[in-house]
Formats: sequence, structure tokens, C-alpha cells
Amino acid sequence: MAVDEDGLTPHVRGVFVSRSEVMDADDVRRALWRMAHEILEHNQGVSDVALIGLQTGGVPLARKLAANLAEIEGSNIPVGYLDVAFYRDDIGLRPVSPREPTEIPFDLSAKTVVLVDDVLFTGRTIRAALDAVTDFGRPASVQLAVMVDRGHRELPIRPDFVGKNIPTRRDELVDVREDSVQIGEYKESDQ
Amino acid sequence: MTPAKHVRGVEDLGKDGILEILELSNHFLEVSNRRIPKVPALRGKTVANLFFDDSTRTRLSFEKAAKRLSADVMNFSVSSSSVKKGESLRDTVETISAMGVEAIVVRHKSVGVPWMLTQWTDASIINAGDGAHEHPTQSLADCYTITQQLGSIAGKRIIIVGDIKHSRVARSNVKAFSALGASVALVAPPTLLPSSIENWPVDIIPDLDVAIKEADVIYLLRMQLERQEESLVPSLREYTNLYGLTFDRSKQLQKTALVMHPGPMNRGVEISDNVPNLPNAVITNQVGNGVIVRMAVLYHILGSGIALAGLNSEDEDND
Repeated sequence: MAVDEDGLTPHVRGVFVSRSEVMDADDVRRALWRMAHEILEHNQGVSDVALIGLQTGGVPLARKLAANLAEIEGSNIPVGYLDVAFYRDDIGLRPVSPREPTEIPFDLSAKTVVLVDDVLFTGRTIRAALDAVTDFGRPASVQLAVMVDRGHRELPIRPDFVGKNIPTRRDELVDVREDSVQIGEYKESDQ
Repeated sequence: MTPAKHVRGVEDLGKDGILEILELSNHFLEVSNRRIPKVPALRGKTVANLFFDDSTRTRLSFEKAAKRLSADVMNFSVSSSSVKKGESLRDTVETISAMGVEAIVVRHKSVGVPWMLTQWTDASIINAGDGAHEHPTQSLADCYTITQQLGSIAGKRIIIVGDIKHSRVARSNVKAFSALGASVALVAPPTLLPSSIENWPVDIIPDLDVAIKEADVIYLLRMQLERQEESLVPSLREYTNLYGLTFDRSKQLQKTALVMHPGPMNRGVEISDNVPNLPNAVITNQVGNGVIVRMAVLYHILGSGIALAGLNSEDEDND
């Protein structure tokens, strides 16, 4: 999850302050190019592959990966978007509201579904996404692509395709954008 | 915004709350169109439906909404309960509350019951109709239907026709429509207007044939036939002639104007038999949207984090 104001941590009063840039625009672009190739290699083509970007941080990455795959293979692959709010395990513990639409305009039964997110952290978002995906159909398999794996997993979940492994402290935040990846933290704001 | 604890009247939500519910409803509309139209969002929560007064669609749609959110549902109707043995409202509510419920949906013929209940239970209270006072979830379904069809409520001319005096739907809708920026006109004979009408943010137009031409939405209320004994109108036939949406009269509507009715309809009285089938009649949409906005209301109250909203949780995750 990017540290977007509209993200899933809306009660955090503060602003993201970057401490260091760990990937620049070229790094992000190259990582997405390599990940597209890895997806192809791993699945021996894209005939049955569909991408599902997790709202909101995974969506632009899913679009970019799909564009890369189309450029390499010359065929369009289906892309969907999923907001996992209603499947989270912390509903009632903190404000959890969907912010962006879920849109899966294809049947994912028998497909190889690649979930795409920006940051893999505790793994709880992916757990929720796996439950959600099952409600839409029975995929042949589900794989996971993330731009940043920052560690601190709380569930037995691992990514199949990673842009970059970045060791972090638990209290740090990772901000993934299309043109950079930054590490920083929340600073209390006056609001 | 902080989620509302109760939805007893439109004012518990206010403009921001209504807009939040309408936005959430978009997500639940999508959920309702899925292969499996159900999410685990309210697992482990219990919703009790307490209906002291008749209802079909409201009770069923609350039940369906709660089940689509995976909440447990307890249904209570007076005919099969200890109320028949003389149990008081307070004892009934305290008993149900003691079993552990997070929300109570209540319909009662007395005004103000939902507010009274909050003194006796910690559960969230949702008003499913209290006398002629309020019916906020019907109003939310209507707001959502209009927004879906016309894009927005702000700036629209909405005329509400019929028995305003005895209508909780009219009271809630006047509040909600005007909070969202519509201009509302009431069309009714003076005997069917409430006495306190001067304070309402509405125009009063006695002649339906005048009002109908400027309407973006015509909202017909049920002529409550059981009130005929009060002789508030000379005869139903005269009422239909002056205030009914007959097929001929419907030709005066603007092409895009919506025809709405909260149901149940008295066909042939406030609405002609063939009018509900007109392309711009969205009466069945109102019913379908009833389930969707009630999902949004239940989720807003029980799922969006009010329970511990004050606590700053230690394990922030940003994934």
C-alpha cells in the first residue's frame, strides 16, 4: 500500500516524509520490464494469464505490467482491479473503507491470476485478496508480483515476482510511485 | 469523517454521512453483481430485526443486506414474541441486547422509539420507520436511485405528492433531498399537509398539473387507505383526479423525469395501473437499491471502525 492519503490507513494523522530514494524512475521501469519477462518465462507465455491490481497502489503497476507483456508478446491480457477492504481481518479494529472500485471484467476460472501490489509487508492484504479472488471464480493458480518486498511477514505468504527486496524497520514506510520508490516515515502533522 | 453510531433519522448522518453512504453503496452494488454476492465484512456481528409494526420489503431487505455482509441475523416479530404476553418494549430490548447484538433495526408505530432504545442498549440503532416520523434507509435508497439515474441530486426539482402528513418517507426525504441541494415541492390537499409545515425547507404547490411540468422527479406517496375513516379527502376518486399520476397526466412529465414510489402501491389510486411500467418509473430500482444502501448503512456503522476508532493501533501496516 502506498502511503497515499486515500489509502487504507486513513486514521494516521501525519505526512509521509521521505528519508531516502531507493529506486529512481529508471530502476522502476527496468524492474517492471524484468518482471514482465519473468511472468512470461514462469508461465510459458500469457495465453491464460490475467493480472489483478490491488487498489490502490497495485493498479498502476498492473497496467504497466500488462502494457509490457503486450509489447513483448503482442497480445493483450485481461486486467482487473480489486479493493480488498471487505475481506480484511481488521474490520472493526480501525477504519476500513473501500476507496476505489473493484472491477474484474472477465471470468478468472481456469486462469493463472497474477495479483499485483506495490508493497508486500505483513501479507494480510494478500490474504484478503486470495479470499476475494476465490469469490470470483476458481483460478488454475494464483501468483504474486510486488514492486517492493519489505519483510516483516505475519502470514505464510511469499511473492513470485519482486521488483526489489528492501530491508526495513517495522515503523518505516515505503512509498512506491511510478517514477520512484522512497523509504521514510510518518511525521505528526498539526492537523 | 467519524462514522455514525446510530441511524435513527437523516440528521444522524447529515450531508457528509449521506454522501459517504451513497459512495459506499457503489461498492456494494458491485458486490451484489458478483457470482457470489457476499463478502465476509461483518462476520461475527449480530443484527437483530425488531419489527413491532408490519413490513415486508424493509424487513426482508435488512435481512438480505445483513446476510450479504455475513452478519448473523435475529428476527423478531411481535406476533410470535413475549410482547404478546405483556413484555414491555424496554424489557424486550434489554433481553435481546443481553444476548449480544451489535445493531438493532427497529420499526415501531410510535414516534421516537429508536431514540428511546439508545438509553437501554449499547447496540447501534437503525430506524426502519417510527410512526409518521422518519424512515432514513428508505430515503437513502431513494437518494441513491436518483443519483444513479440523474447523476446527482443537487439542483434537481423534486415534487413529493400525496399524504405528506402521515408519511415518514416524506419527512426523511425532505430532509435528505434538501441536505443534498435539491429544491423540494410538496403537492397535497391542505388536509394531508402537516401543521408544522412552515418550518420545512419546501415549496407548497396545490396543483399537481402545475408542479408536474417542472419536476425532475415525481415522488408519489401511498394513499393510506386505512385513513379513509378520518375523511381527509372527499373520496378516493376525487383524490385520483386531482393528485393521482394517471397515464394522461404522466404525459406532462419532462422526458427525463423519474417516477418514484416507496411502495406498497395502491394501483388505481395514487398511481395508474400502467404508469409503473413507464421507462422512467424507477420503482423496482428503489427496491433493489434498498438492499444495497442497507448494506452500506450496516457496514458504515459496524464495519468502518468506530468500535476502537479512538485507539491508535500499534501495528500499523502499510501493505
